[in-house]
Formats: sequence, C-alpha cells, structure tokens
Amino acid sequence: MALRFEVLARFNRARAARMTLPHFLCETPLFMPVGTQGTIKGLTTSQLEEIGCQIILGNTYHLALRPTSELIDELGGLHKFMNWSRALLTDSGGFQMVSLLHLADITENGVTFQSPVDGNPMLLTPEESIQIQNRIGADIIMALDDVVKTTTTGPRIEEAMYRTIRWIDRCIAAHQRPGEQNLFAIVQGGLDPVLRDICVKALTERNLPGYAIGGLAGGEDKDSFWRVVAQCTAALPEDKPRYVMGVGYPLDIVVCSALGADMYDCVYPTRTARFGTALVPEGVLKLKHKAMAEDIRPIDPTCACMVCRTYSRAYIHALVTKDAMGSQLLSYHNLYYMLQLSRDLHNSIIQGRFPEFVCDFLKKMFPKGDVPKWVCNAMEVAGIDIAACLPPSSSRGCGA
Amino acid sequence: MTLAFPVAMKFAVKTWSNGKARAGQLQLGSCPSPMETPALLLSTRKGLPLFISPDLLPDLPYPDSALLHVSPLHFVETMSPNIISKLGGLNQMLGLHRHAFAAFPRDSVQCLPEFDSSNKLGASFDTPSGRRLIKPVDYMELICSLKPSLWATLADEVPGWVSDHRNKASVDRTVKWLDDCISQSPASGAVFGAIVGGSDKEQRKRCALEVSKRNISGFGFGESMDDRPALLNEVTDHLPGERPRLISGLGLPEEVLQGVAAGIDLFDSSYIYHLTLGGFALTFPLDLLNLAEEFPEKTMGIDQSKINLKATVYRKDTGPIVEGCVCYTCRNHTRAYINHLLNVHEMLAQILLEIHNTHHYLGFFQAIRSAIKEDKFERFCDMFLQKRRDHLTAAVAVGA
Repeated sequence: MALRFEVLARFNRARAARMTLPHFLCETPLFMPVGTQGTIKGLTTSQLEEIGCQIILGNTYHLALRPTSELIDELGGLHKFMNWSRALLTDSGGFQMVSLLHLADITENGVTFQSPVDGNPMLLTPEESIQIQNRIGADIIMALDDVVKTTTTGPRIEEAMYRTIRWIDRCIAAHQRPGEQNLFAIVQGGLDPVLRDICVKALTERNLPGYAIGGLAGGEDKDSFWRVVAQCTAALPEDKPRYVMGVGYPLDIVVCSALGADMYDCVYPTRTARFGTALVPEGVLKLKHKAMAEDIRPIDPTCACMVCRTYSRAYIHALVTKDAMGSQLLSYHNLYYMLQLSRDLHNSIIQGRFPEFVCDFLKKMFPKGDVPKWVCNAMEVAGIDIAACLPPSSSRGCGA
Repeated sequence: MTLAFPVAMKFAVKTWSNGKARAGQLQLGSCPSPMETPALLLSTRKGLPLFISPDLLPDLPYPDSALLHVSPLHFVETMSPNIISKLGGLNQMLGLHRHAFAAFPRDSVQCLPEFDSSNKLGASFDTPSGRRLIKPVDYMELICSLKPSLWATLADEVPGWVSDHRNKASVDRTVKWLDDCISQSPASGAVFGAIVGGSDKEQRKRCALEVSKRNISGFGFGESMDDRPALLNEVTDHLPGERPRLISGLGLPEEVLQGVAAGIDLFDSSYIYHLTLGGFALTFPLDLLNLAEEFPEKTMGIDQSKINLKATVYRKDTGPIVEGCVCYTCRNHTRAYINHLLNVHEMLAQILLEIHNTHHYLGFFQAIRSAIKEDKFERFCDMFLQKRRDHLTAAVAVGA
C-alpha cells in the first residue's frame, strides 16, 4: 500500500489524521479542489501551494479525451504534466459519462457510450478505467462503480450495488501499480441502509487503502444524506480514510467531519466564484448585488487571504462577470476559504476544541439560531452539543 | 501666471542617439525605483492586468513592469469617483504600492474614441458600459479620485481621413480641454498634454506648439497614424526635448521602433493582449546585436517572432516556450501543457501566456534601450526588421 493513515486525535466520531501519500503528507479532514482538465480554473500551481492545497482531483473522463492518458503517461504522468508536486486523485470516469453523455448506458461489462469525438460506440470497463488511471499516475485512484442517482427508486439500486462489488474485484485485478497508487472502493446502495450495509461489508473484506461514500450529493434530501454518511462512517474501518464524494457546501463538510469522514471534493467553490459568489462565515456573499458597489469592506474581514487583505467588495463588484480577474480573485478566495476550513477542522480536533469550533461555525452561519433540523439531528448522533447555537426559548431546539 | 506643480515626476534624457531616439530615466511619485525609457506601459482592466493576478506581478522584471496603463473609462458606471476616493485612489485600492499608474482614456481594445459623436462639450468613447460622452469636468472627477502618477488631458481624437474642418476643430477642442483639465488638476500626478491633428502635418504642428506652451510634464498623442514617420516627427520636432512623450495605439514591435526613432519615450500596447487571446507566445530573439549572421536554417518558413501554441506540433513538446527565458511560465511549464490548456479552453492558458508575453516584450524594450545606449539603435532596427522579413522571403523561396 502506498498510503499510511494515522489518527492523531478524536472527538467522538470526528478524527484528525495524518495521511501519507506518495507525493504529499496530508492532514485530514481535508477538501480537494477539482481540477477537471489538469488545472484549477484560473489558478496556478504555485498559488495552490500558497493557499495550502494538499490534493487536487482530476477527472479521468476529461483527461482521457484531451490530452489522452497515453500522452500524459508518455510525458511522465499528470504530476509532471501540470507541474504539481503534491498529491493527486483521479476519479473513475464513470460519473461524468453518465451525467454528461447523452446515450450512456450501463451494462455488466461497463459503461457504454457514444464517443463525443466521433459518435462511435465505446465502452468503459473497470479494467479500462484503471488502466487509464494507471497512466495518469495519481496518488489515489477510484474504482469504477455503478452509480445511480439518489432519487432513483426500485431494483436498479440493488443491481448497482452488487455490480459495484463485482467491479471492484475487476478493478483490483487490473491495477498495475498498487505500490504507487492507492485504489479506493466506493460504497453504493442508494438511501437503503440494508444495501449500504451489504456493500460496506463486502468492500471492507477487500482490504483496500481507503473507501469513498458515493452516490450522494445528487439532490437527495439532507436528512437522508446525513444518515447514509453516518451509517457508512460507523461501519467502515477506523484506520482507513473515508472520502465523501461530491461534498460540498461548508456546512455539509462540518457535519460529515463530525460524523467521522475525512476527505471531500466539490466544484462548488470555484463554480460559484465564476458567478460572482463568495464563501463567507455567514454563508455566501453575492458580489454582483448592487449594494456591493458602495461597500468598502473586504469580502470577509476575518479571512487572511490575499484577496481579503487587499481588495474591497466595491472593487470586486466592479470586476465580477465583466473581467476575468474577477472570477480569478473570487476563486482564489473561495478555495482559500475551503482550505482554511479544512485546517480549522483538523486543528480544532487536535487541540481538543472541536465542539467549540462547530458551535462557533454554526453561530456565524445561523445567527438567529435557525440551525436546520437535519444538522441538529446529525450533531446529536455525532455527540456534539450545539445547544449554545440555538435560541434559548426553544425546548427541542432546531428550526425546520 | 505660472502654475506650479509639486514634483510628482522627474524625467531626464540620459543618452541621445545619432537620430532622435533617446534613452531616459523617469522617476514617478509612487514608484520607489526610477524607470528607464523607452518603456512599455502594461495594459490593465480597472488597474489590474487582464489575467496576471496581483500576487504573480512581482515575478515580472522590475522596475520595467512598474508602469501600468489604466483607462478612467473602465470605471464609468462600475465604480463611482466617490467610492474610488474613499478607497484611496488606484494604488491604495489595488494594493499596488510599487507600481505607477498612467491614466488616459484610450486602451485600444475596449475604450476607443468615437469621433462622430464627440462635440464641443466632450469626447465620445465606446466603453464597456456603452457609448458615452465624456466632458472634461467628468474626466477630471475620475482622475482626481484615481490619483494616477501621470495622466493625459482629454482629447478629441479623430482618424486621419476626416475633413480639414473637422480636424482643425479637434485641435481647437483638445487645446481648450487641455486648459480645462489643468485648471481642475489634482494636487499630485504629472500632467501630459494630449496632441491630436489627424494626418495633417500642419495641424499636428500647431497642436504640438500650443500644448508645449502649457506648463505640463509631458505629451501624449493617440490613435494609429498613416504616413506615420513623417507625422510623428512633425510632432516631436515641435516638442521640448527634455519632457517625456507618450503615445497610445502604437503597439506592434515595428510601430514601437518607429515611435522610438521619432523620439517617443512611453508606449502602451494591445499587442500582448491580442497575442495572448490568440494562443500565441512571443519567441523572437532579443539579443539581436550579438547574434551571429547565420540563423538556424530549420526555422525557414516559420514565423520566428511567435509560435501558435494551439498547433498540434506542440502536443508533446516538453520544452519551455523559449529556452532560457526566466519568466514564471517558462520556469514552470511546458509547451505541451499550454497546448493542452488552450485546447480545453482553460483560463490558465491566458494567465501563463500573458506572463510570458509581457516578460518577453519588456525584454524587447530593454534591448531597445541597450541599443540606444550603445549608439546602435539604427542597426538594431535594421536587424530586427530584416529578421521579420527573412521568414517571408524564405517562405516565398520555398514555394517558388
């Protein structure tokens, strides 16, 4: 195995850990920016290092299309190609295909689809996905799973869960570089606890370096979402990292970390930056709003990033949606925010003040005490007392 | 009555060449080090480069990269002068304390004079916010709030083909507005008087003489001109030699050489912008005077001034854009990577290209200054233009 995972401190289910990967020594919980096509939109690798980025996610589907995994391999792997010396993670390519391609279909063999280049029928098998990822060379690679929308109901979910288990064995067999790349399996099973349980047990038997909780962050209600995460983190091995794919919003990351997850990825911070929205402790700040034109404060007075230390909301307002620099600066800030959140989660657990951090976080985001019910429920299961964040008058606590 | 201005700018010619080209030194208020001329003003949008984020600016050669062009028109309807003042003017608002801003309306890309709609009240421009009539009083309100180190007075620019009547009127208006602007001048910032006159030598001369009478720090003239050398010389012949001359709209290397030969010291340029957007990177040799006569035969037929990184020939090229170039891009990334970024339409391509192209073009100006100081400027021009023509001749020869 090319991964070492040491839990340094805990608070109930939450853990702060050190994860040693071939290219970097990471601290969890951590957020991974998504660099779809071998770049984070609008930021250089030196800027990413400066703001404390530890792992970047690359999308296998996009990279296999352009510039192709063969070319990346020929030029020495993705690290060298994009000049990123820290850690990389690639996904299997399956999710993009299903979500992006018009006529993608899943069979036992793999994912069949129409090539976006010439329309010819193509097939992505578990073997092919692993081979592509072997060529790209990331520290962590993801198994090809049969992922269904969480809003799906019926026998399809069960079929997908069992297929995912059959495919993990094919992925393991196809993996050529276990000494340098860590293959993570992905737990499926929709919102059904029975199916999830079967899947967790089966994948755990395979003794892989790490596990992801997949099939979430797709439109399911928050109450179902946290319960699946809670169930999986309770059942997955203690001594291996847990990666909740596609998450997400800062609030979701805090909750999942309280429940015992370690790794996250999402396009949200950079995507929302391109629409002029900044992440702040109170939630979001829409820089396009007219009121910003007269606001001479920084985006977030508590943020130490280059953007907040230098620029006013009024100036950023003048840039957003009109000049490329606007979305660059906002992406910079938003990623800094997410990475600072990662550091805060890790450090607060290490320093034994995790519940205080959580309360502080919730107070800032919900100053009126209207913490959503699903958060309250999740925190109860996580054993974190957030009474201080709720209005004193309420007996049961949470808002809707 | 003499108007006294606090010394916001010092300019001295250090080397006179055989012809009219001169190498000088410019000391601007906000810039700690003196700048050497002829110099390039870097293009900005609202004060920041189009793609190079402010934390990457220090990597450019300094103080060569200290002079930034800003068009006050970028702020029309996007930031009120009141807010700009509250934020402390350009240097404070942008956190750029080692840079000096030169403010004048035309930016050759977004803000172009629209002479048809100009009238005696103001000059009309196409701006990012639409067509606007800018009156001297509005212009000065912006200048006063922006607090640039140097700024040009408002001009009624007309193209070379207008009627004599219109051309004469443009000179009359420009001189009148010059006086209007000076009377509302901010306490700091060097004033450059604008010189117009279309392609009429007499009018250019008249304008130059009128403007020279005013106690201002320097001279600015805009618009691309036909029959250029004669017109340029007509103007510079009638300007005091010890004050700096700035021109807007002469951006290509050949045009810069023409301008330098006529005695111009400061240039803005949209060359880098157009190159960058087109996926081009500058590669022309800078060390012309020391080059051996023989030029590599293998480059026959290829444009030696720049390369189109979108071309498939660069797919696997693991070399930097220019071997030996010390810019951030060439130190960190390969032609293959930039080729990929261009193919997948990622903004990082423009960031990396703007960095390299700016670095390279600043190198061109450095080479010009060296040539003047060694009294080899004419030979430098000849060699440069010869090299540019060489590839065309070679291409023709191959085809013949």
